[in-house]
Amino acid sequence: MLYREAGDFKTSYVADSQTFPIKFDRYGYYFLLGFAFLVVPLIINDYWANAIVVPFLIYTIAALGLNILIGYCGQLSLGTGAFMAVGAYASYKMMTGFPDLSIIFVIILAGFVTAAVGVLFGLPSLRIKGFYLAVATLAAQFFLIWLFTRQAWFYNYSPTGMISAPTREVFGVPVTGPRASAVSMYMICLCFLVSLAWLARNLTRGTLGRQWMAIRDMDIAAEIIGVNPLMAKLTAFAVSSFFIGISGALLFTVYLGAAEAGEAFGIDKSFLVLFMVIIGGLGSIFGAFAGAAFLIVGPVLLKLLLVNTLGWPTDLAAHLEIMIIGALILVFLILEPHGIAALWRTIKQKLRLWPFPY
Amino acid sequence: MPDTLLFAMEATLNGLTAGVMYALVALGFVLIFKASGIFNFAQGVMALFAALTLVGFQSGQIPFSHLINAMFGTRLHHFGWNMPTLLAIPATVVVMILLAILVERFILKHLVNQEPIILFMATIGLAYFLEGVGDIMWGAEVKALDVGLPKGMSMAVDEMTFNWFGYGFYIDRLELWAAGIAAILVASLTIFSQYTKQGRALRAVADDHQAALSVGVSLRFIWVLTWSIAGIVALVAGIMWGSKSGVQFSLSLIALKALPVLILGGFTSIPGAIVGGLIIGVGEKLFDFFMQPIIGGATENWFAYMLALVFLLFRPQGLFGERIIERV
Repeated sequence: MLYREAGDFKTSYVADSQTFPIKFDRYGYYFLLGFAFLVVPLIINDYWANAIVVPFLIYTIAALGLNILIGYCGQLSLGTGAFMAVGAYASYKMMTGFPDLSIIFVIILAGFVTAAVGVLFGLPSLRIKGFYLAVATLAAQFFLIWLFTRQAWFYNYSPTGMISAPTREVFGVPVTGPRASAVSMYMICLCFLVSLAWLARNLTRGTLGRQWMAIRDMDIAAEIIGVNPLMAKLTAFAVSSFFIGISGALLFTVYLGAAEAGEAFGIDKSFLVLFMVIIGGLGSIFGAFAGAAFLIVGPVLLKLLLVNTLGWPTDLAAHLEIMIIGALILVFLILEPHGIAALWRTIKQKLRLWPFPY
Repeated sequence: MPDTLLFAMEATLNGLTAGVMYALVALGFVLIFKASGIFNFAQGVMALFAALTLVGFQSGQIPFSHLINAMFGTRLHHFGWNMPTLLAIPATVVVMILLAILVERFILKHLVNQEPIILFMATIGLAYFLEGVGDIMWGAEVKALDVGLPKGMSMAVDEMTFNWFGYGFYIDRLELWAAGIAAILVASLTIFSQYTKQGRALRAVADDHQAALSVGVSLRFIWVLTWSIAGIVALVAGIMWGSKSGVQFSLSLIALKALPVLILGGFTSIPGAIVGGLIIGVGEKLFDFFMQPIIGGATENWFAYMLALVFLLFRPQGLFGERIIERV
């Protein structure tokens, strides 16, 4: 009864083209925002922050970025892990090179550095597409990881080859390093996520987003109607890498604290984010959230069930987890190729008419 | 003759033999891509799975013993007998054919007419699934695989080159065998696809699904057939790589090594897979040999990809691939 657009009169174009045209959705969104900003910081503890909430926020940013590239612009990329590593190492070099620079700027600048690298590796997309492009992005994955593990300048000649984040503060509260509390880690990730999600939503429904989608749906036809493929593809790579770079910087500085490129940003990270995008739904902002939630919470729940409840050995549980994730991806692709977002859309469609079938 | 040249020649020879190993994996990709237009990411994991199954049969392991032990608190490990290699290989082939049937029944059948990218992602999902299944079935520890192939330095090559140049080249006998087996494999695949009824049907499907269907070729049977053949090729690759470096998770990563080979050779060409494998094998060994003093080692991790990337910019369809024509 609540979920209706009837009686909700729009009197301006702005009101008509808003993201949540239905009142119930809009209030739900405000409620969620308020809950995330006001209530969660009061109740969050270390376990929740480290196991679920902070990784969820960070991977959602990465999934948003990859979704822009794959879901909106149709360019398949398997180099996400390496681009996250670029963000992490860029933030590390800036944190150690300019100790006075605010961590907020460091992370944003790391995003821009990653965007530049992403554009560089996106250049081949003008000539090649599909699987071939996927292989080209794999070149980025392996080359960049090699660079970060073998060239000592990137990890400041540290003997272990690891990079570790020094303590930095925002408004006098430490957000990185060992003294950072769960609340401050949560808040900085949340602020980045909310502003980036807002940016993604508004980019994808504007001119740029429409150009991307035109390229995705049929690149030759898009070119004929006047979309510049060079600009569209490279901006998609830039924006996507910007998001992914920020998520990599956050993952390293805020969440991990210390990292080694080959281990923390290997090709399995590329696949993890790709799976989030597929399971969540290609070409949907909500899908990035849903996919990240699914793949972050799912394994934790599975581990709780198998290891803590049933008492199985951890390695067996890990293998079972891989198997179940693989099976889930197959099931999703077969039953709902457009992911959780499409499921959500169907539910909403049904809700609008409920209790009537038509 | 200067030493550097000799070392470079040795590196080239080693590159050639390594290239054959890459080509073995790439062959499986080409077969499936030709017949169903699917880029089968799971090929590497299939090789791992085949090798694991072979070792499991050989040593008489009980499948899923870890899972059964964890669920019922039993202590099962082995049946207590060893299967001879000649029996274990056909048994593994049967398992791979079963796998092909299951893949067709539960995955491919439902994904007909989907976009290639969806199918590609389905094979990534399959790769994860198979990896988990393989580990749960046979355990994740590193296993030695011995099917009776000779290993170690080839004395004949060593002696011959010593007589010629005064310096004996090191070539692994296993890799010479791999080259021979790859040649036999390619020859028999070519004969199969050119001269048998099923082979012709296979090429018809590769050419045009709908036209093949309309003249009465069973698409489902052909898919099972291709996946079975790809499974057998995966078994061969798994045996070779497994004998070389043990059966372990890293075996599945050879799939990633095969990708640049495919790019170079073209996705649809069997000779291309061989030539591409050789180019990559030689290229990365020589590059590592000459560049190691300058930029540091382990360049083989990315050299192949960079080569493929540069190559793609000039010839997107690969050396032997069909020309990509785009129509609106």
